Amino acid sequence: MAKRAGANGSGAAWAVAVHRVFRESAIRQVGYVPDAGLSRLITLCETDSEIRDVVLATEEEGVALMAGAWLGGQRGALLMQSSGIGNCINVLSMVSACAFPLMMLVTMRGEWGETNPWQVPMGQSAARHLELAGVIVYPVIRAEEVGETVAQAAQLVFSSSRAAAVLISQRVIGAKVFVGDEVKD
Amino acid sequence: MAGVRDNALDRRDVVKTLLANRDRALVVAGLGAPAWDCAAAGDHPLNFYLWGAMGSAAMIGLGLALAQPERRVIVITGDGEMLMGLSSLATVAVQAPRNLVLVVLDNERYGETGMQATHTASGIDLAGMAQAAGFARVCTVRDAAQLSVAAALVREAPGPVMAVIKVSAAALPLVLPERDGALLKNRFHNALLG
Repeated sequence: MAKRAGANGSGAAWAVAVHRVFRESAIRQVGYVPDAGLSRLITLCETDSEIRDVVLATEEEGVALMAGAWLGGQRGALLMQSSGIGNCINVLSMVSACAFPLMMLVTMRGEWGETNPWQVPMGQSAARHLELAGVIVYPVIRAEEVGETVAQAAQLVFSSSRAAAVLISQRVIGAKVFVGDEVKD
Repeated sequence: MAGVRDNALDRRDVVKTLLANRDRALVVAGLGAPAWDCAAAGDHPLNFYLWGAMGSAAMIGLGLALAQPERRVIVITGDGEMLMGLSSLATVAVQAPRNLVLVVLDNERYGETGMQATHTASGIDLAGMAQAAGFARVCTVRDAAQLSVAAALVREAPGPVMAVIKVSAAALPLVLPERDGALLKNRFHNALLG
C-alpha cells in the first residue's frame, strides 16, 4: 500500500483552483492517466457535467485525444505524472508540426523526497524532455501558485496555439511513501 | 511468417466506396498508404491526414467524436498503425462513442518501409481485439460482397465500429495530400466550425 505524505496530500485547495480555471477556460475534455497527487482534481472533473473525463491507457493517447478535441472545436487538458512524459514524445511531434494547442498538467515524481529510485530518472529529465519536444514548461513549487499558473498557461496555449506543461512539484503534492517502509541504516 | 497469398480487394477502390456519399462525415487518415488512399478518393477539407504520430489515429478520432457527437467520424488507417495504438481500442470502448468508426486497411504489411510483415500476417485478429474490448460492431472484410455490408456499418451502425478490410499489398502510385500540418489542421477546423 502507498499513499502521499505531506501537508497537501490530496491537493484539495489547488485542485479546486485548477478546476475553477478549467471551467473559466472552457475546458471540455480532460484526459488522464491517474496519479495519487491528481486524485482530487480528477474527482472534480469526473463530477463536472461540463467536462468529459477520459481515462487513458497510456499518456500518448491523451496527446492525440487533445488534438482531436481541438479539431472538433473543444478545448482539453491532459493530466499525468512525470513518468508519462517519455510516452508522449513522438506524438508531441504532431503537436509541434501542426501547431496544436496543448495544455498539460504534470505531477512530479523522482524530484523531492522520492523513495522509489525507478522514478528518479524520468522525474529529473522530464522538464528537459518537454522543452526539447517544444513544450513550454512552468514549474510550480508552491500550492497557492498552481491555479494562477494553470490560468496563465491556458491563456497562452489557446491564444497562441502552443503546447505548455505545468509541472507541479512533489513539494506541493507530497512524496509517496510506502506503508511499512522503515528507515534502515 | 508472412503470408504468401495476397488479398483481393484494391485499397483505393475500398476507400472510394467507403467515402462515396460521405455526407457530413469527418475523416482522420492514418499515416502512409491510408492517407494516400484518402487523397486519391478526393481531397476534402474535412480530411485530416497524418504524416506522423504513428499509433494516434484512433485517439484523434475519439477526441473529435466526443467533441462532435452529431457528426460521423471515420478513422481510416493501416494495420501497422493500429497495432501501434492497440491500447486505444480499450480507451475508445470505455468511452463508447456512437459516432466513431475505425476502418483498418489491412494489407498485412508495413507498406512504407519495404513491405515487412505485420502481426496481422501471422493471424493477429484486430477485429477480434476490438470486439473483446467491447466495440458495438466489428467485421472483417475479404471480398466485394462483404465490403458492401461493411460500407453500411461504416455509414450508419451505432459505434464504436471497427471494420478491418483485408486489402491487396500491391504497390500503387503515390497520391500525396498537403503535408503542412498547421495548414491541414486549420483547414479542417475552419471547414467544420467556420
